Amino acid sequence: MNSDRIVGIDLGTTNSLVAFMEGETPVVIPGADGLNLVPSVVALDENDKIVVGNAARKYLIETPERAVYSIKRLMGRGIDDVQDELKLFHFHLADDLHPGEVLRIKLGGKTFTPPEISAFILRQLKRNAERYFGAPVSQAVITVPAYFNDAQRQATKDAGRIAGLDVLRLVNEPTAASLAYGLHHKKNGVVAVYDFGGGTFDVSILKLNDGIFEVIATNGDTHLGGDDIDNLLIAIALNDIRGSFTADFTRNSEVVATIRKAVIETKITLSSQDAARLDVELPEGRRYQREITRQQFEQLIQPIVQRTAGPCRLALKDAEKKPDQIDEVVLVGGSTRIPMVQSLVQELFQRPPHTGQNPDEVVALGAAVQAKILSGGSEATRDMLLLDVTPLSLGIEVAGGVTDKIILRNSTIPASATQQYTTQIDGQSNVAIHVLQGERELAQDCRSLARFDLRGVPPMPAGLPRIEVKFLIDANGILHVSAREQRSGKQAEIDVQPSYGLTDEQVESMILDSFDNAEEDFRQRQLIEARSEAQTILAALEKGKGSPAWAKLGNSEKKQIAKYEKMLNQVRNEDDYLAIRKVIGELNQASTHLAELMMDTAVSAALEGKTMDEIGKDQPGNLPETGHALAKAEFS
Amino acid sequence: MSIQTSNSSGTTANGAPFRHLNGDGVRDYFAFFRLPRKLDLDLAQLEREFHQQSRKLHPDLFTQSSAEQQEWSMEQSSRLNDAYRTLRDPIRRTQYLLRLEGLELEEQSETATEQVRASGQAKKQIVPEDLLEEVFELNMQWEELRMNKKTGDSDPALVRELEGQKVSLEQKQEALLEELKSYWVEWDALGDTSPLEARNRVTAKMADLLNRRSYIRNLVRDVNAALEN
Repeated sequence: MNSDRIVGIDLGTTNSLVAFMEGETPVVIPGADGLNLVPSVVALDENDKIVVGNAARKYLIETPERAVYSIKRLMGRGIDDVQDELKLFHFHLADDLHPGEVLRIKLGGKTFTPPEISAFILRQLKRNAERYFGAPVSQAVITVPAYFNDAQRQATKDAGRIAGLDVLRLVNEPTAASLAYGLHHKKNGVVAVYDFGGGTFDVSILKLNDGIFEVIATNGDTHLGGDDIDNLLIAIALNDIRGSFTADFTRNSEVVATIRKAVIETKITLSSQDAARLDVELPEGRRYQREITRQQFEQLIQPIVQRTAGPCRLALKDAEKKPDQIDEVVLVGGSTRIPMVQSLVQELFQRPPHTGQNPDEVVALGAAVQAKILSGGSEATRDMLLLDVTPLSLGIEVAGGVTDKIILRNSTIPASATQQYTTQIDGQSNVAIHVLQGERELAQDCRSLARFDLRGVPPMPAGLPRIEVKFLIDANGILHVSAREQRSGKQAEIDVQPSYGLTDEQVESMILDSFDNAEEDFRQRQLIEARSEAQTILAALEKGKGSPAWAKLGNSEKKQIAKYEKMLNQVRNEDDYLAIRKVIGELNQASTHLAELMMDTAVSAALEGKTMDEIGKDQPGNLPETGHALAKAEFS
Repeated sequence: MSIQTSNSSGTTANGAPFRHLNGDGVRDYFAFFRLPRKLDLDLAQLEREFHQQSRKLHPDLFTQSSAEQQEWSMEQSSRLNDAYRTLRDPIRRTQYLLRLEGLELEEQSETATEQVRASGQAKKQIVPEDLLEEVFELNMQWEELRMNKKTGDSDPALVRELEGQKVSLEQKQEALLEELKSYWVEWDALGDTSPLEARNRVTAKMADLLNRRSYIRNLVRDVNAALEN
């Protein structure tokens, strides 16, 4: 019954949103605080309970060691490839991490992996949606940066599972944005999406053709975003402070967090004003103030903004398009509010960008559109189909440490390739395969996805076994590998060591863990379900009152029903799911006779020569089913 | 990423993967689009057919279906995508047809490259005759450029010359594509009943042209690299 309630989620570096298609329009679902954006901040409060979003923000400043933001930057990465990140971000990593292990972040006395922290955010969004619908939500489409690699995608999918969501599809953020755009502008042409968010940059070029959204090229940088601008400004402020107060606060998380908050405000002001004042209160009553003009700001951030130009040119080149062949440029992500970014886009694509969409919301709205398509579609999404690509080439390491590319970047997904392997020594029973992702010639410069051994190759002279390994990139951009030995018909075992990532068992145990401290979730869900049931029985009762059966009831019966109806209407607005269930039971009891009479009416109508079908048509409420709804509630 | 194993006697009802071109009734890419093995394709029609088939096979249409159906859809749509990718590109399409016809390309072929890489040896290339002079000159210029780099000199004239070479090589590539198209017409005019000899004559010409073309492509790549450094 919930299959039509698939939500679309934008799990962002800075903010996250959940949206769905209300009728033919995608809308963002607000949280209990009435706000559409849920800051991607997770904190542990005084009672060691997880707090997410706006409520968690104050902990960033008050108890920074108990809070984390921008966790997306660490998704699917290992200790050795986040060293640069750690210089700029105050992530508190667990002390006992080993190379190759999934990272763990300290929050107070506890540690969590990045997928678990993302799962806390997802669970908050799930709750917001359930609160909005008054019904459980279990399926979602989640967006990821187009340039996310296999490990980062897998980590996102794991986060969904840990949060209790069945992730039906991972959609690339710029592609999702194009869906939201295309829903409104139903015209054919070539569209570029420039997506400059909090922590990632993507550019995608798509061909829109009678509802087919075909990505022809994508490029990007998964570690380039508004965060980088903030870090630059923070570094400058810290430097200034060192100069004026001879005090170094670089290692002081609280001061850095306060500065961060201030520079973000300054940055936002400078998108609309020519100058802004940076004002930070420091310990011991000291105060750092500085006036920044937009011109100075632009000079400072120029190198960062300029880093988006390269990927744009490469995407155009891969798409074999000249800027004048692009019909529209859609801006996505909060960083595109910066005037300098907009003028760079104008320069790159030689046209003013389309700014009709809210850059913070368009990705979530597009995810909602995709969710609708996956659930079977509607009038508005009819004929819409997304054909996305894999952003990075997939390869395997061959002799000499060279990458042999077997699926090229910008191949439409699903995409597959089959490779034949054999042995080099007589009787060899293992073949080692190293799977890589990336564009570089040498294996060491590409991202290592996994190493695996094909085992149990039957003993044969060198070169004789024929092991066929099939690589398949699915519609989520995630790789699947399968292998078989053809000559002997024997199964070749694969022993995998994913370079970074959680095993299935680990994910399973995390799901359980999340249940352990999820009493609140359970209570919430019970409440939602009880309210939804109350809704159903009250609606059925309303129909019963309009039916001929109502007249056949005695006065005392009607009174009883009215009493419990009133009670139910009262308790269903309160938070006690047990009380709601109790009154539902009582109302059910009181209305059993009514339900029976309604069934009789339906049956006698049938005897009068009408088919059940016709009764259904005559009575919009479809009586037999109404009776069933009342009867069903009896068992609860 | 996920890993699974299956043995060859298992349920691979969907047939052997496409890379196997050795007969046994495997549908080829042309058949996938219900096209004859002709090279001068109507690309607009190919795209329409691709979109139409995508509307039937894409995994987005099967998210609420059984695991088997999802598997089937992923398998089918990945083949569709692989087939479309191969056929829409003039060079890949020709290479593919030549392989279907049992012709392995020479030094520049994909397979040869893989073999060379696997063995770790440097790739040997036979310089096409009509390029001998240009390749000789290019090598001289590269050498000069390298020497300049070492001594820190820059020679704008040399760079201009190399850029000129690049343009002329690219023009050659274009011309080869035009020549290839004329062979397509020849090939398409032949029917299945044409004598093998006639078919082989055309495929040999195409194979030779593709080899020359990939040689030039590599040269352009090297010139670009030299100019960028």
